Amino acid sequence: MGNVGAKEIPELFGPDGLRTDGRRPDELRPLKITAGPLHQADGSAFVEWGFNKVMAAVYGPREVHPRHLQENNKAIVQCRYNMAAFSVDERKRPGLDRRSQEISKVIAEAFESVIFAEEYPRTSVDVYIEVLQANAGTRCAGVVAASVALADAGIPMVDLLPAVAVGKVGGKLVLDLNKLEDNFGEADLPMALVPQSGRLVLMQMEGHMHRDELGRALDMGVAGCRGIYEKMKAALRDRYAVAPAASSEVSA
Amino acid sequence: MSDEVTAEILSTHILDLARQGKRLDGRTPDEYRRIEVEHGFVVTADGSALARIGETAVLSGIKLEPGKPYPDTPNAGVLTTNAELIPLSSPTFEPGPPHPRAIEVSRVVDRAIRAAETIDLKKLCVTPSEKCWSCFVDIHVLDHSGNIIDAASLAALGALTHATLPQKRFGIAEADIPLAVEHFPVECTFTRLGETIVVDATFDEERAGQGRVTIATDEAGNIVAMQKGLIGAFSPDDVKEMAERAFRHGDRLRAIARGV
Repeated sequence: MGNVGAKEIPELFGPDGLRTDGRRPDELRPLKITAGPLHQADGSAFVEWGFNKVMAAVYGPREVHPRHLQENNKAIVQCRYNMAAFSVDERKRPGLDRRSQEISKVIAEAFESVIFAEEYPRTSVDVYIEVLQANAGTRCAGVVAASVALADAGIPMVDLLPAVAVGKVGGKLVLDLNKLEDNFGEADLPMALVPQSGRLVLMQMEGHMHRDELGRALDMGVAGCRGIYEKMKAALRDRYAVAPAASSEVSA
Repeated sequence: MSDEVTAEILSTHILDLARQGKRLDGRTPDEYRRIEVEHGFVVTADGSALARIGETAVLSGIKLEPGKPYPDTPNAGVLTTNAELIPLSSPTFEPGPPHPRAIEVSRVVDRAIRAAETIDLKKLCVTPSEKCWSCFVDIHVLDHSGNIIDAASLAALGALTHATLPQKRFGIAEADIPLAVEHFPVECTFTRLGETIVVDATFDEERAGQGRVTIATDEAGNIVAMQKGLIGAFSPDDVKEMAERAFRHGDRLRAIARGV
């Protein structure tokens, strides 16, 4: 992880065993999901998660650009995960760096694992993720936002994809790393779950995690994903809730 | 018959075999092809290794040059890993800017080397904020017959373990010294074929596969990097089982990469 040559490692747990932001080891940061905030996109979602702010939009199924990527028997999923120049402390050069391209690839593959792509041959489902404010866990926030946006766009899928990272901080496993924990932690393991099958369609890991800890880390992440899943469904329900009709109109 | 049709027939056959725990080339699901690492393949490099896994061949070369530490890591040298999927290695690779799959290989190999602290980057720092060694790990895939990630990781570790710090070339000291390698990460890649998960997939198995997982282990029982790629899904139990398998293969892969 990124602590080579860095300053003193700060205290990451208080005397009460709570984390720097007051959370228990298995507690998520506050998560707010808004479905359908954009008007031009076929589907959209805005996720505020801790200090992250991530917008996602979905277009399609539509014609494939560039044309040669078109597949005759199914839709393809194209994803662009991008961080705004102002989303991090030190201005990031605009455009897709290699990290963003890798994340775009694994997110596209995660969604292609759950979308019923064969229903829309020769089309593309385009998923755009813009990280507007970053504070660790942006790829997971991006997956959550994009997943709700896909549902908002009416793309048929096996399931929504909740996502969260499990990390190791000061020798302890914790759920949903914040920026400080991400900078000074020993390991980071982001994942995305298909709740219905209990299988992971996105998983990456970096750092040091002993072989005996892996099982517990995965269990913690899966449990975290299940909590996020409920919030994703609630966001979609809010978006499509029908306002209760006035009693006078309920006749007939 | 078009390539597409034959590929589909072959994929169906590979999946049928996998259901019986068999593979096209007679291996068991947990068996690698023959692995060889040839050190010092390129004498112009400060370290190099050609890794072969079956018909797959990947060459890695190390170059060390004086450089400047990054502002955010003033006490550390610089490590850069780059993989090129050059068009000579496969009919499916085209010239042009790096394809996302090449970027993925680079980053997955880099992540294991970096996270395992293979090279102590602090030791590559000469004067904080001013002077350091920059270590470039360049990887060329020469023959893509499947599982280029593991081959690239073996080539990179093989090249690093036999690299020298070219102090003489840059007038820093009279003699060159070996580059100090502290840890030995290797990557082990699995492919789902139906409900069977095989290690070291061939090109045809990758094409038939439903998702891939790479797990990098070090010599001390740590997992240092993981990556799930391509279309497919794995249960947490699948991941735990693959991790144990990665540790079982790890020691042998490490020994081959180091040439010990």
